[in-house]
Amino acid sequence: MTISTASPSDRHERSEQRLMLLLLAPALLVVSALLIVPLGWLAWQSIWQDGGFTIVNYQRFLTDSVYWMTFLQTFRIAFVVTLATVLLGYPVAYMAAGLPQRWSMIVLALVLLPFWTSVLVRAYAWLILLQRTGIVNSALKSAGLIDSPLLLVNNEFGTVLATIHILLPFMVLPLYATMKKIPQELTMAGASLGGSPMHVFLRVFLPLSLPGMIAGMVLVFVLTLGFYITPELLGGGRTYMVSMLVSRNIQVYNEWGAASSISVVLMICVFLVFKLTSLLIPFERIIGTR
Amino acid sequence: MILKLSTLVLSASAIALSAGFASAEQITFVSQGGAYQEAQTKAILDPVAELLGITINQDSSPDAWPVIKTQTATGKPVWDVIDTPTQDCIRGGQQGMIETLDFSKIPNAEKMPAEYKSPYSVAYEFYSSVLAYNKDKFGDKPPTSWADFWDVKTFPGTRALRNHPLATLEAALLADGVPADKLYPLDVDRAFKKLDEIKPYVTVWWTSGAQSAQLLADGEVDMEMAWNGRVTAVAKEGIPVSYTFNQGFLQYTSLCILKGAPNLDTAVKFVNAAMTPDIQANFPAYIDYGPGNPEAYKTGKISPERAAEMPSSPENAAKQVLVSDEWWSSKAGEDAQKRWASFIQQ
Repeated sequence: MTISTASPSDRHERSEQRLMLLLLAPALLVVSALLIVPLGWLAWQSIWQDGGFTIVNYQRFLTDSVYWMTFLQTFRIAFVVTLATVLLGYPVAYMAAGLPQRWSMIVLALVLLPFWTSVLVRAYAWLILLQRTGIVNSALKSAGLIDSPLLLVNNEFGTVLATIHILLPFMVLPLYATMKKIPQELTMAGASLGGSPMHVFLRVFLPLSLPGMIAGMVLVFVLTLGFYITPELLGGGRTYMVSMLVSRNIQVYNEWGAASSISVVLMICVFLVFKLTSLLIPFERIIGTR
Repeated sequence: MILKLSTLVLSASAIALSAGFASAEQITFVSQGGAYQEAQTKAILDPVAELLGITINQDSSPDAWPVIKTQTATGKPVWDVIDTPTQDCIRGGQQGMIETLDFSKIPNAEKMPAEYKSPYSVAYEFYSSVLAYNKDKFGDKPPTSWADFWDVKTFPGTRALRNHPLATLEAALLADGVPADKLYPLDVDRAFKKLDEIKPYVTVWWTSGAQSAQLLADGEVDMEMAWNGRVTAVAKEGIPVSYTFNQGFLQYTSLCILKGAPNLDTAVKFVNAAMTPDIQANFPAYIDYGPGNPEAYKTGKISPERAAEMPSSPENAAKQVLVSDEWWSSKAGEDAQKRWASFIQQ
């Protein structure tokens, strides 16, 4: 295509693009009305207070130790949860992808089953299991393994455990989708060329499943950053995550500016996570369009 | 809620129109919802509506403070009377969001102790933050004071406190030996220092009343600070828990009127009627919270046994400390609340 601007196929393409834009218009309107405008207003509240611009809401991130400690704890929890879901989710997805269709559906259904129960109910279920007089502690005690109950809940441990449980499907599903697309011939070829199963897995299968893993990691990490009910119910009051800091600022201190500044900073953090991931591996590969 | 409220107001005004304006006197009353508001409806609101011949529209808001702020910001509030923690009335009054009460129009409150009233509010209902414990764990030697709560050697066991400085700082100071009548203004530094001592032994910092009840009921904690109504509810289920009013922290919600309330005159009449000793005496029949007007105990409607369970009965009130909402509404009180978050995290 040498005469790029005048060629009929090009013109056709452009008119098609215009049509696409028109078709997209309602969706764009909805997104801007329901997402961009409220988010803009949220950000505005954090810098505009009592009739003037202010940076006081952002200064607190430097001066108030509660802020950075909360972010630190939130990121630490998100990191642990992500790591744990990879370790737990990868074998499950691997098994589901390798099984015949009927069986893999059953495995996936089992993974999805907890999805049908509300987060709140699951949090209370963990409480019943893990508390001092709970099922786990009484079982351990009657088995003679412990003398006094273990502190399994009302702390960061309980919060992390329940969060892993809730977010595991978000790891398994993208992994499964990616693994399903890996042609079996490739691993067979690797094996026929003399690779041991371990070697083939590490050099062929694992790299090819990486996009699914990263997609799952991003999902789990980002979702954990915004967790609220689980740490509130299972954290014993000392597990303090960012969303709780937002709600305390509104409910207890009535500081809407502070609450919105925290939301804005969290949003920037999430954006950075996406950006860093896309540097590592192109976003199109993660969502599977390329 | 706003939608619900506007339909309520619309339908109410439609009724008023169709009935002519003869019985158009009405107010919108707001409380915290749930079983508590249902109990009030039977104990207070229905009798008052009958007494005055007015219509009482109800709305509920677990946390009225942000709504007070937004409603009065427009200059045209929808609510008239609110039942809310006294602190909201006082700081609201100071910030021009709550009407000053004309006590000459509220004769029923005349005999109430001065500390139950403020220029903006009048005590409506009492509850108490008490020391509750597991009876099986402590047998006939239960903890009876905050010093006992802090004494982990004599009283070993898991503990819980509310994830909020109000009443918690007071408890720390009492445990540290500050006399009850010298608590306010609170020595915040000393209180936090004392709290550092007990912190490793606190299993849970609870955030909701339901959570505090569950902790006791499941045996997750052996002793905790909790609201008296929550403890008696657990005890009624046959779970071996008890509590002491000794060194309890007496708190109350108050009635106050929004600045620029649409039915100001009726609202004042309502407040006066709601404080009628005979109507106030209905509270104990429906819920474990005590009447705001102590005169209610003289009506003969409340049995001595029931009075013994009421946080505001003169006998129990004498054992307790009245939480100073004035101090908690002050700058020092707000600063203490902000300091709380960093205390919990460190």
